[in-house]
Amino acid sequence: MSTAIDTPAAPATEKLTKKALTADHPTWCPGCGDFAVLNIFYRVLEKLQYPHENIVCVAGIGCSSRFPYFMNTHGIHFIHGRALPLATGISLSRPDVHVFVFGGDGDGFSIGGNHLNHAARKNIKLTYVIMDNFVYGLTKKQTSPTSPIGFKSKTDPTGSIDRPINPMRQLLASGATFIARTHAAQVKHMEAMFERAILHDGFSVVECLSECVMFYSGAFDDSTPRKGGTYELIDETQHDVTDETAAFKMAENLAPGKFGVYYQVNRPTKNALEQKWIDETQSKLGGVSQKEILKKRFEAMR
Amino acid sequence: MSSVSAPSSSSAPTSLRNAVIRFAGNSQDGIQSIGGFLARLAGRTAQEVMTYMTIPSTISGGPSIFQVHLGSGEVLHEGDEADVLVAFYKHSYQNHIGSLRKGGICFYDTADMTAEDLNHDRGIIHIGVPFTSATVEAVGGSTRDRGKNMFVLGMVCAVFNLDKEKLVGIVSRQFGRKDESVLRNALLAFDAGFAYQVGDVEKFSFVPGEAPGSHRISADGNQMMTLGLIAAGVRYGSAYPITPWSSIMETLRVELPKYGGIYVQAEDELAAVAMTIGAAFAGHLAITGSAGPGLSLKMEALGYASMAEIPLIVVNVQRGGPSTGLPTSVEQSDLMQAIYGSHGDSPRIVLAPKDVEDCFYIALEAGKLAKKYSCPVIILSDQALSSRIEAFEEPDLDKHWVEPELDLATRPADFKPYPLDAITRHAPPGAKMAGGKYPIATGLEHDEMGHPSGSPKMHTLMTAKRRNKLVQLSKELPLPEIHGDTTGDALVVGWGSTFGPIKESVTRMRSEGHKVGAIHLRHLHPMPAGLGDLFKQYKHVVCVEMNDSGLYGYGQLATLLRASLADPRIQSVCKTDGLAFRIREIVTGVEKIMTQA
Repeated sequence: MSTAIDTPAAPATEKLTKKALTADHPTWCPGCGDFAVLNIFYRVLEKLQYPHENIVCVAGIGCSSRFPYFMNTHGIHFIHGRALPLATGISLSRPDVHVFVFGGDGDGFSIGGNHLNHAARKNIKLTYVIMDNFVYGLTKKQTSPTSPIGFKSKTDPTGSIDRPINPMRQLLASGATFIARTHAAQVKHMEAMFERAILHDGFSVVECLSECVMFYSGAFDDSTPRKGGTYELIDETQHDVTDETAAFKMAENLAPGKFGVYYQVNRPTKNALEQKWIDETQSKLGGVSQKEILKKRFEAMR
Repeated sequence: MSSVSAPSSSSAPTSLRNAVIRFAGNSQDGIQSIGGFLARLAGRTAQEVMTYMTIPSTISGGPSIFQVHLGSGEVLHEGDEADVLVAFYKHSYQNHIGSLRKGGICFYDTADMTAEDLNHDRGIIHIGVPFTSATVEAVGGSTRDRGKNMFVLGMVCAVFNLDKEKLVGIVSRQFGRKDESVLRNALLAFDAGFAYQVGDVEKFSFVPGEAPGSHRISADGNQMMTLGLIAAGVRYGSAYPITPWSSIMETLRVELPKYGGIYVQAEDELAAVAMTIGAAFAGHLAITGSAGPGLSLKMEALGYASMAEIPLIVVNVQRGGPSTGLPTSVEQSDLMQAIYGSHGDSPRIVLAPKDVEDCFYIALEAGKLAKKYSCPVIILSDQALSSRIEAFEEPDLDKHWVEPELDLATRPADFKPYPLDAITRHAPPGAKMAGGKYPIATGLEHDEMGHPSGSPKMHTLMTAKRRNKLVQLSKELPLPEIHGDTTGDALVVGWGSTFGPIKESVTRMRSEGHKVGAIHLRHLHPMPAGLGDLFKQYKHVVCVEMNDSGLYGYGQLATLLRASLADPRIQSVCKTDGLAFRIREIVTGVEKIMTQA
């Protein structure tokens, strides 16, 4: 359980190409923002050249959670809201693999909200991409935890009345060690954010605004320049990414808010801390076989 | 202690084969400790032992008991009645004098009771002993309430002529890890109790035990389950604290790092099962566990594991339910939940250990079955098994040890994650795929390659594939061994921790002239094929269970057996008082059914 993940990729026997990484044709609606996320993810993996067999894609339930089916890598499509704890089990027990989790705002901030807090505070080594569309799309237009007040849905026909979750502040409070915000229509920026997230040694999250053209068209016009919005990047010469208070302040208004890395610190991962405990425990045992350890345990019970 | 009850002035100890001693006090009096010492001593002197304890579900304080059944022959139950009661308080006396048999002996603390408090109805011999003041006198200082358990242990050691040297050795090892003065005070109190002249009371001595004494150990069910899981090759998993499961996760948390593994305390039961499925998907044998309420919370993910055909072990230490119910009492009411508790048709294997020793072997079997059939395996233990101490032969690890393995071999070009004509064998992350096509585990209905499929035909075929694994297993399972008559008036059928009491009850009924037999079901889902023919050898079939007889008059196992065998002779003896079965409850219940037409 070393932290081998942030070391340069081992030379792959065959070059990892987009073609090799592509599986089924995505079942998303034409115009869905998630297509861009998928394409950029292929591109980042092509760049990083991890061994093909050591990549794992994990997802829960939702439109964006279909992601693993479109990746030709080891994958697991789990139940609603529990992708993070499942990925935790993979990450902690398999230091040799790269764990990527994909999901939407419902999976991440509603049904799985508590898991986000705990995976973050434990600083589990993995990368989590939240494709936030401010709506439940797979179930055809219900209010989501990030829907703005006034959004009309099938569950709030006169407009949403509940204060939406502020994803950046939620993630900052949870203890995530890499937090970034990007936009599916800004592919170059998205690529940079994904790459930095993946190379971070710890729990890294990228919230990616990804428009649902069927049920919340125009949700992100205010951050889409060609629709009259502004896409303001975080200037890291002015914003200290290790300053939690500054990040909180910057996240005060996310309509449309800024894009880029809000926060990044180095804190030991649970993966590393558990391994340290294993190493210390085993060094006291003086190299006896595992079977002998259990035999001695029984002897003490005589 | 059936031999003698009247006081005897003879100095020679009366020899006996077994005795039930009940200590009654409050939870902070350390009666669990002295009960544990006696149980360990029994394990080392070739005696059989079974203990029983109650703990209040409050955080501290409250009445508590520890009962030890020591015997030179087979000890199968915790004892219907006590031969000796040690009452630390007046309330202990009042609540437990009824559990003492007619003519039994009661030692009570004179600090909390006077002669006026005693009830002389049933010829009980009362011995007043100043536990508290004698302990203070022996240890000195202001140690009131501290160490009187050790005084009592010394006294019991003298009355039953126990092996003092071995007992002191066990005590010393226990306290030796602490401050030196703790051990010194404990031994001072013990010696004072040992030397105390209890007056005109009979002294006893156990006849030598028959069990070989060289490699016997004493342990509780949760300890043996934990060590069984390690021997089975479990190195990863996750859980959430809940009584009476927690001691398994606590031990795994501390033990697994020695074996290079990790046990994670999760934020909740849903995360715990998800992390465990993650470790299993990653290629390891992994385990989660809980008690009834937690098992309910894990159900959606367990259905996933059935659908995605992920092997994993789930231990459920049953307690009284529903809801928060009776957290520190025993019940067997999670059988239906274990078998059917997910939405959809979600087959999984369900096993139950029969006693403390069996907790070790059932964990090994669960590991083998999970891997062989690539599905969840639920082990139904219970509160009684989790905490009671028994003595038995140490497992032969050279025979049973399973080396954990992670199979990262390259999978052939024709690899299918969900073949219809074979049992699923997942390719974990890290395994190269020769055909270049990587697999996905999924909870959506799928085709052989794991692609989502809504095809009516595919759902029918895949549902059958998942079910037929268990049909195959049921044909491979041996029929349970019959204790007693292989044909006759009644067959008593049980599962889980009722094994001992049922066996003892059948022995007693046979000695009274009944022709009865008993079987114990270790495999509850699937059950072995051929039970129906076995049942036909008896006039009555009686399922004895610690759960409710329900709307139609049948307990959970009886309901399952009646549904699968359509045999109207199957009847139930059920109870829901949160206590283990007493022998007379089973005998009375079975005899009542036998007298029916």
